[in-house]
Amino acid sequence: MTIKKRISYIFKVTYSLLTSQYALMLEYRAEIALWAISGLLPLIMLSLWLEVEPDKSQLLENTNLYRYFISAFLVRQFTAVWVMVSFEQDHIEGKLSTLLLQPITPFWRYISSHMAEQISRLPFVFVILSIIFIFVPNSLWWPGYQDLLLGFIAIFFAFLVRFLLHWICAMLCFWNERASSIERLLLIPYLFLSGLVAPLDKYPDLVKDIALATPFPYILSFPSMILSRSEVDILNGFLFQLGWIVVLSLLSLFAWKMGVRKYSAMGA
Amino acid sequence: MSIVLFVGIVEVMTLISVRNLTKSYRIAKKSPGLVGTIKHLVARKTIVIEAVKSLDFQIEQGEIVGFIGPNGAGKTTTLKMLCGLIHPTGGDVLVGGFEPRLRDTEFLHKIALIMGQKQQLIWDLPPIDTLKVNAAVYGLSNSEANRRIKELGDMLQLEEELTRPVRKLSLGERMKAELLASLLHRPSILFLDEPTLGLDLNAQIRVREFLINYNKIYGATILLSSHYMSDITSLCSRVLVIDKGTIYYDGSLEDLTRRLSPYRGVKIKFSKPYLKNEFTGFGQVIEYSEYFAQILIKRSELTSKLYQLLKSFSVIDLEVSDPPIEELIGEFYQEIKTS
Repeated sequence: MTIKKRISYIFKVTYSLLTSQYALMLEYRAEIALWAISGLLPLIMLSLWLEVEPDKSQLLENTNLYRYFISAFLVRQFTAVWVMVSFEQDHIEGKLSTLLLQPITPFWRYISSHMAEQISRLPFVFVILSIIFIFVPNSLWWPGYQDLLLGFIAIFFAFLVRFLLHWICAMLCFWNERASSIERLLLIPYLFLSGLVAPLDKYPDLVKDIALATPFPYILSFPSMILSRSEVDILNGFLFQLGWIVVLSLLSLFAWKMGVRKYSAMGA
Repeated sequence: MSIVLFVGIVEVMTLISVRNLTKSYRIAKKSPGLVGTIKHLVARKTIVIEAVKSLDFQIEQGEIVGFIGPNGAGKTTTLKMLCGLIHPTGGDVLVGGFEPRLRDTEFLHKIALIMGQKQQLIWDLPPIDTLKVNAAVYGLSNSEANRRIKELGDMLQLEEELTRPVRKLSLGERMKAELLASLLHRPSILFLDEPTLGLDLNAQIRVREFLINYNKIYGATILLSSHYMSDITSLCSRVLVIDKGTIYYDGSLEDLTRRLSPYRGVKIKFSKPYLKNEFTGFGQVIEYSEYFAQILIKRSELTSKLYQLLKSFSVIDLEVSDPPIEELIGEFYQEIKTS
C-alpha cells in the first residue's frame, strides 16, 4: 500500500469509527448527561477549599482556586476513561473474538468510542459551565487564545496518558477475567496525586515531588493549570506528557502482544 | 504457500492443512466445601486438559465440510485455532497459505468466523452502520461497499431491515444481517460455529440456502460446526467426527451412514392379509399387522429383496428409509465413548 493510500485508509477508518460511535453515543445521550453531571467533584472540592479560606483578603487566591477547579472540571470531562470495563465485558462475552479477526487492532475501536463520547458531551459541559458562570460571575475568565489552544492540546495528551494507563491495565483481562477491579485501585492515586482534591501547590514538597514522578499530575493538574493561567512550566509539562505517552505506548504494545498469546477466546 | 497437488489434469488445492494439532489448557481444580475453598486459596491445584489431541486433516478449496461431535469434543477450540484466535500448543496449521496465529492482514481479509448468537452488529444502531464501518476497515470503496451490500442483501432477502436498529430485528433477521456483516469483505474461507442456533425452521433453511449459494458463486471453502444434523446433511458432502479432541471419522456422510447402519427400513402396505412367517428370509421384521410390515433389509440385498417382495405379495405402497441421522450419530458418539 502506498503512503497516499495508507493515509486515505487511516482517514476513512477514523472517520467511519468516529461517526458510528458518535451516532451510538447520541442514542445514550441521557446517560452521557448524567456522566457529565457526575463529574462535578472538582466543583465540590472548590466549595470545600473556599470554606477553609473564607478570608476576603485572599480574594486573589480564591479567584485562582475558582479558575483551577473549574478548569479541572473541564479537563475531567474530556479525560473520562472506561476502557477497562468495556474491554472486560467484551472479553467475557466473547465479542473481542470478532474484533480480533478484523484487520485493525481493537485499540482503535475503543479509543474512537471514547473520543466520540467526548464530542457528545460538549453540549452538556457547555450548559453546566454556563450555569456556573451565571451564578458565580466572578469566576468567569478568558485564558487567551494561546493558553486555550495549549490547554486543549494538553487535555488531549492527558486523555491519551490516562487511556493508555487504563488500556495496559485492561490487558490484564487476558490473565484474570475481572481486571476492572484495578480501576478502583487506580482511582486512589488519581484522586490524590492528580491535583483533583487540591492544587499540587498546596501539597508538602515531598508529596508534590512524588506526585510529579507519576503520570497522574499530567492527566489533570497540568492542563488545568494552563487553562486557569496558573504559574506552570509549559514546555516541561508537555515533555513529561509526551514522555509518558511514549513509555505507556511501548508498555501497552508489549502487554497486548503477550496478552493475545494468552487469549483463550472465552465465551466465543 | 498453499499446498497444490496435481491429480491427472485436475488441480486440487489444499486450502486448510492441519498436522498433529494439539491444544491443552491448565485449569484450576477446586474441592467442595469450606476446606476445599481455603485449600484452593492457599495451594491451588491445577490440571491439564487436552482439548485437542493430534488432529490431522486437509480441506480442499470449495469444499463444505461438517465438523460434528458432542459438546466438549474440541470442535470450537479447533475452529478458534484455525482462524487464529488461540495459539496451538503444538502441531502445524496452514489456512490459505498462512499461519493463523500470526493473524496476518492478508489472512484476515481471507477468512470469516461466524458464531451463532454472538454478534458484531452494534446493538443500538441499524446494521447499515456496522456495515459501513466494516467496509472502511476492509478498505472497500463506497461504491464497492454499496454494490456488495446490495448483492448480499438480495441473496439474504434483507432490505429495510438494514436501516432498523439491530435491537428491533428478529433473531432470524439479525443472523442474516450478521452474515452480511461477516461476508462483506468476501472471505474465501468461512468458519461457521452453530450458525443456525436458535433459529426457526424457515430461518434455518434460508441461512442454509444462502451458504450453498455463497459457496457456488464465490467458490468459498466452508468448515461448519453444528449440532443440527439438518445443517450437515443439507450442506456438507464430507464430515469430520471429533470427540475428546480426536478425529474418529473423516469421509462422506453417506459412507458414515452406511457404516453405522448396514440395514435400510422398508415399510410395506398390502391389499390383502399375510402371515408374519411369510416374510421369513427377507430380513428382520420389526413391525407387523395383517396389512402392514416393516422389515430391516441388508443394504447389499435391498434390490433383490425388494424385487422378490413385489413379486410375491400384493403391495399397494412401499417406502424405503434410513434410520434418522441424529439417531445414528448419537449411537456413534456412544460407541466412541465406550471404545
